[in-house]
Amino acid sequence: MENYVIIGNSVAAIAAIEAIRKKDKEGSITVVSDEPYLAYSRPLISYYIEGKVDEDRMLYRPRGFYEKKNVKTILGEKAVKVDSKTKKISLKNGQEISYTKLLVATGGLPFFPPMKGIESDGVFVFRTLDDAKKILEYSENTKRAVMIGGGFISLKAAHALRELGLEITVVELLDRIMGIALDNQGAEIVEKRLEENGIEILTKHTVSEIVSNKRGKVEAVILDDGKRIDCEMVIVAVGVRPNFKLLDGSGVKTNRGIVVNDKMETNVSNIYAAGDVAEAYDFLYKENRLNPIWPNAYEQGFVAGTNMAGGSRKYPGGMGMNSVEFYGIPSISMGITSPEEEGYEVLIKHLPDKNIYKKLVLKDNVIIGAIFVGDIDRAGIVNGLIKEQAVVRDYKADILEDSFGFVSFPIDVRKEKLTKSKSKAS
Amino acid sequence: MKRIYAKEEVCIGCKLCEIHCAVEHSKSKNIRKAFKEYPKPKERLIVEYKGHISFALQCRHCEESPCVAACMTGAMQKDEETGVVTNDQNKCIGCWMCIMVCPYGAIKRNEEEKRVAIKCDMCPDSETPVCVAFCPNEALIYEER
Repeated sequence: MENYVIIGNSVAAIAAIEAIRKKDKEGSITVVSDEPYLAYSRPLISYYIEGKVDEDRMLYRPRGFYEKKNVKTILGEKAVKVDSKTKKISLKNGQEISYTKLLVATGGLPFFPPMKGIESDGVFVFRTLDDAKKILEYSENTKRAVMIGGGFISLKAAHALRELGLEITVVELLDRIMGIALDNQGAEIVEKRLEENGIEILTKHTVSEIVSNKRGKVEAVILDDGKRIDCEMVIVAVGVRPNFKLLDGSGVKTNRGIVVNDKMETNVSNIYAAGDVAEAYDFLYKENRLNPIWPNAYEQGFVAGTNMAGGSRKYPGGMGMNSVEFYGIPSISMGITSPEEEGYEVLIKHLPDKNIYKKLVLKDNVIIGAIFVGDIDRAGIVNGLIKEQAVVRDYKADILEDSFGFVSFPIDVRKEKLTKSKSKAS
Repeated sequence: MKRIYAKEEVCIGCKLCEIHCAVEHSKSKNIRKAFKEYPKPKERLIVEYKGHISFALQCRHCEESPCVAACMTGAMQKDEETGVVTNDQNKCIGCWMCIMVCPYGAIKRNEEEKRVAIKCDMCPDSETPVCVAFCPNEALIYEER
């Protein structure tokens, strides 16, 4: 009988449990997580701060999920070591757990840039429910919070704290917010809307120092140009790094993340990895890359679980993508949105007075990236076309139009997609 | 599973399917009362048209649903028995991850009362989905293929 051990308890772990139980009802499954909670939706922590969801509504799966799937949980205990020779993992409390199949789904950890004052009271990261609880408590005595970094996580924290009435300044090194996902024209729309709602955005700047008072609490930040911004809270959101320190000495190959093949296997037999910790195949870059996003983590976890349970399933590869809405302006980005080299075709529809910006990036009539700001309604069709690597020569001019849909496709393509029985997604 | 298929050759683009879908998903389920309701009932299908071509498109209830995988709240679920994919309006917070990944573009935003994604639920209270039942030209078929 298999003895599955899963380290981590977020989306990749849950997907793996669901996949394993489709194939193997008998094997024992043990989930170990350093967080004391049932699997919850991490992206909802900003809504938790705003008071829009409580802990119960944050549960990713209904209460009773683990019992129903016959999963043993060890929550609030950190796994610190993997011994691939004896096939055992060790917990911080000294306990050892044997496995026959191991999944490492430990996610990422926020990156702390070296910076004077970063250890001060009132400096937070924004990843876990516990982070959100601490921020919420601290916010009661906070007038202004400064966000270091202008990506999704920073902006979601900024939005949540603004809803609580705090004054907010976002400091971003690049010349735009959401630098990876959007380009300048797309970001400008979102930026304007955030500023209209009281979130101050300073691009092309960094925080060079965090200043604390005598009691060690944050009282200001100093920018690279010497400007001082008084604040009581700082949130550091300049990126996450895969969390694989526990694999030191295990022989598992790591690069920027844990290197996996298309079955989510590492180089060490019976050890798999999935989710934000894994460096899996990216079908656009045609190489292994970090793509730490929710949908990829689910798919990778599901592939890992299927293969761990003796099935055969390949990860087709993922791509970067994200979706967020601020103050009534939704934005979606996918794939390579601002290629650095020449040789790409770019189609743009920009209606600044309507807060709409849409962009397609193509190479040889195949879409490799897209941005949708303000109008996202049929963005998913484009996602499907990117995954299929479909040649869109005949209808590419229609894609950014309001009327775009399956009606834009040649009739045989449309019939193939819509009238066949196996409505399987690409 | 039984799914809804369009026959674009006989669709006349009347959009009655949209009307009946909206009514079926209203509080009153009464065509005269429904349109005075708040939030205003919204159809969960899309009628696409271009020139003389038209057809209705609903969620395909995929075998492996990308929207379920992408849903970060757990609101989007595929029923293991019926195969129907539904979105729990109480759990959904309108992040639009499902819209980002649906290759059919069949999920819509509803932002009138609170931000939620809405989609075809195969009309659980009706024997046949109402878009099919009320299509005057039999341009929608509900069958196993």
